[in-house]
Amino acid sequence: MAGFVRDRRSKRVIATLSALEADLLRSLAAQLVELIHNERAATSTGSDPLEDLLDFSGPTTEPEDPVLQRLFPSAYHDDEEAAGEFRRYTEGGLRDSKSKAAESIIDALEEAGLPPDPNDPDLVIDVELDEGAALTWMRAMADLRLALGVRLEVEEDDQDYWDSLPDDDPRAQAHHLFEWLGYLQETLIDAVAG
Amino acid sequence: MSTASPTHADPGVLPDVTPDEVTMADTPWVTVVWNDPVNLMSYVTFVFTSYFGYSKKKAEKLMLEVHEDGRSSVSSGTREAMERDVQAMHEYGLWATLQKAE
Repeated sequence: MAGFVRDRRSKRVIATLSALEADLLRSLAAQLVELIHNERAATSTGSDPLEDLLDFSGPTTEPEDPVLQRLFPSAYHDDEEAAGEFRRYTEGGLRDSKSKAAESIIDALEEAGLPPDPNDPDLVIDVELDEGAALTWMRAMADLRLALGVRLEVEEDDQDYWDSLPDDDPRAQAHHLFEWLGYLQETLIDAVAG
Repeated sequence: MSTASPTHADPGVLPDVTPDEVTMADTPWVTVVWNDPVNLMSYVTFVFTSYFGYSKKKAEKLMLEVHEDGRSSVSSGTREAMERDVQAMHEYGLWATLQKAE
């Protein structure tokens, strides 16, 4: 397992992932894309049905899924109307942006040679990112960690709990994945900022 | 199309307003970033340096406030500007809200 480093000559950020790692990353990114598109943004249900039909502008209420609530949080704590207005103008674009960032991970991995169903244990995937792509990956990895973190109900200082789970507990396995994503994101930040 | 810069400032412009008063009048809103158990400290610092253009030292100070106090006001300005900042924070995956400055 190796993370990202900056290539001195090309100035690009590079990582060599095993096919298994690349496949995991692709699968998580694909799930996030699906989640973002699956639960359609809820538009307002006002009193005027015609107005509702013509309201393409965006949702005004919080998403139902806890992951989506975290990815698209309310911008105002105690002003529902202002929060609704903000959401109407921003959530659609934010959904597109997060979905595109996750899709760009999938595309980059496949362009780097990740087959649809990798079964060659020796296959490695060399990822090479320019500055813009590295920033997009960094954001997408934050979203993937938020999604996993919300599903696992990760809390501050809860390492003891995760360590206490038996290795074959699926939650422990998912938490390993969460930590691996954190490691990968940390190396990416170091490579870009360091 | 651009014109040459004036060689001297017109002393007649806003004679009664000091820069401090201008700043106060224009900054009644703040962007607040809240602590979450998921985002890496290095990532939050990175976002503050790269989006706001803050020095590493200032970005780390704000990040530690978020981490230790649960929240930190990271920028101030007009309501419109703070809505842009909050939107950007959400794009980065940080949990942010805006409110009137206290």
